[in-house]
Amino acid sequence: MEPIVLLNNKSFELTIKRLCYQLIENHNDFKDSVIIGLQPRGVFLANRIKLELESILNNVIINSGKLDVTFFRDDFRRRDEVIIPNSTQIDFIIEGKNVILIDDVLYTGRTIRAGLDAMLAFGRPSKVELLVLIDRRFSRDLPVQPNYVGKTVDSIISEKVKVEWKEIEGEDKVVLFNQNVQKK
Amino acid sequence: MNQLSVDHLLGIKDLNENDIHLIFKTADNFKDVINRPIKKVPSLRDITVANLFFENSTRTKLSFEIAEKRLSADILNFAASSSSVTKGETLIDTVNNILAMKVDMVVMRHPNPGAAVFLSKNINAKIINAGDGAHEHPSQALLDAYSIREKYGEVAGKKVVIVGDILHSRVALSNIFCLQKLGAEVMVCGPTTLIPKYIAALGVKVENNLIKALQWCDIANMLRIQLERQDIKYFPSLREYIMLYGVNKKILDSLDKEITIMHPGPINRGVEITSDVADSGQSIILNQVENGVAIRMAILYLLAGKIITN
Repeated sequence: MEPIVLLNNKSFELTIKRLCYQLIENHNDFKDSVIIGLQPRGVFLANRIKLELESILNNVIINSGKLDVTFFRDDFRRRDEVIIPNSTQIDFIIEGKNVILIDDVLYTGRTIRAGLDAMLAFGRPSKVELLVLIDRRFSRDLPVQPNYVGKTVDSIISEKVKVEWKEIEGEDKVVLFNQNVQKK
Repeated sequence: MNQLSVDHLLGIKDLNENDIHLIFKTADNFKDVINRPIKKVPSLRDITVANLFFENSTRTKLSFEIAEKRLSADILNFAASSSSVTKGETLIDTVNNILAMKVDMVVMRHPNPGAAVFLSKNINAKIINAGDGAHEHPSQALLDAYSIREKYGEVAGKKVVIVGDILHSRVALSNIFCLQKLGAEVMVCGPTTLIPKYIAALGVKVENNLIKALQWCDIANMLRIQLERQDIKYFPSLREYIMLYGVNKKILDSLDKEITIMHPGPINRGVEITSDVADSGQSIILNQVENGVAIRMAILYLLAGKIITN
């Protein structure tokens, strides 16, 4: 089975723009709001959102950080391989701020749970929201719901959703493929 | 390379270069964690670690203990001096009794070389060797190399001299293995009586003249004279040793380059190095101690990750 393209280059760009306008509706000039991308691939989305917001809002600098959740995961010692962490970089204070957590794909909700824990090591935000590009609904293990969604997808466990980035894979797009087929 | 090739940390000799880089990379992240306002992560919350110290230790014991606490592990502390070992219990009996309390990992220091290897073959827990006699002290060598990497960017190509009591030093042997695996050149320097006879077979240079050794090196790792392990006289007097092998500021300033001074501790100020050297900007002794916690967190994390639960 050929991979199905969920978002192509054009719709990808439009989706990010729409997400930014939705954020602006709730956060105005981002004076008390910050964005945090979850490592590894939520960081690409966070960077893109930051650039887009800054170009829409003119003369506004959005505080943006990256957060690694490895040490807070609940599947440590339940996988064959140890997960090797990525770097965390949050150069601002999140105490009392509105934090927008950003990840590329929301699936079981476990990464977000770990992200909430990891974030608390940096202070107590006044409010936390979740933004994802793809929401794989009906597959949640934990009661986690996003506030901003690029596209909602119904998929089964053997399928995988991958968000590809211009910076890494050469093109912005989101594809859905069958993991078993892909391996062959 | 997301996995260590070993199940226990018994010595640097068993590790490959990838293992060492993996430990360093993981330690980078833990160094970040221990510099945050909240220095604790929950990774090892369901792991129990026993710290068995059959020999005195301050730095290593505290460093392992704080590393375990930062990872949220439960800890059992044991010191031989206040235990039933003095009543004649064997090592395996002592450890098996501790394991019956459901311990997952053991950090052990023991006066006998090979004690950690012996334990790893006879009991069912992950073993971390925190020093076995004059054999190995792997976590110290890793933090030493990590501190060099932190200061210079990489270890490969660096020239490191280890000065002092090489004969009785587990730090020296582990450092030689570790530095060589990472591509550094190693020299040992000290009086002939304190240098093991066939050490050149390990591929290290041997030098008896301290000034020549310091001229050659980028980094000097100064070791303590281990009087407690010396059963005979290896040099005429401590005063003579200080004259020939003690590093002071005058010697450092007379070199035509600025070398880095390391010391695994405990320092005997005024013997192997003077206070003005230990406290100078060229010394990275306290960085070593800070890095020790990050390195030990990385070791514990990577080995604990191999204890798979169902």
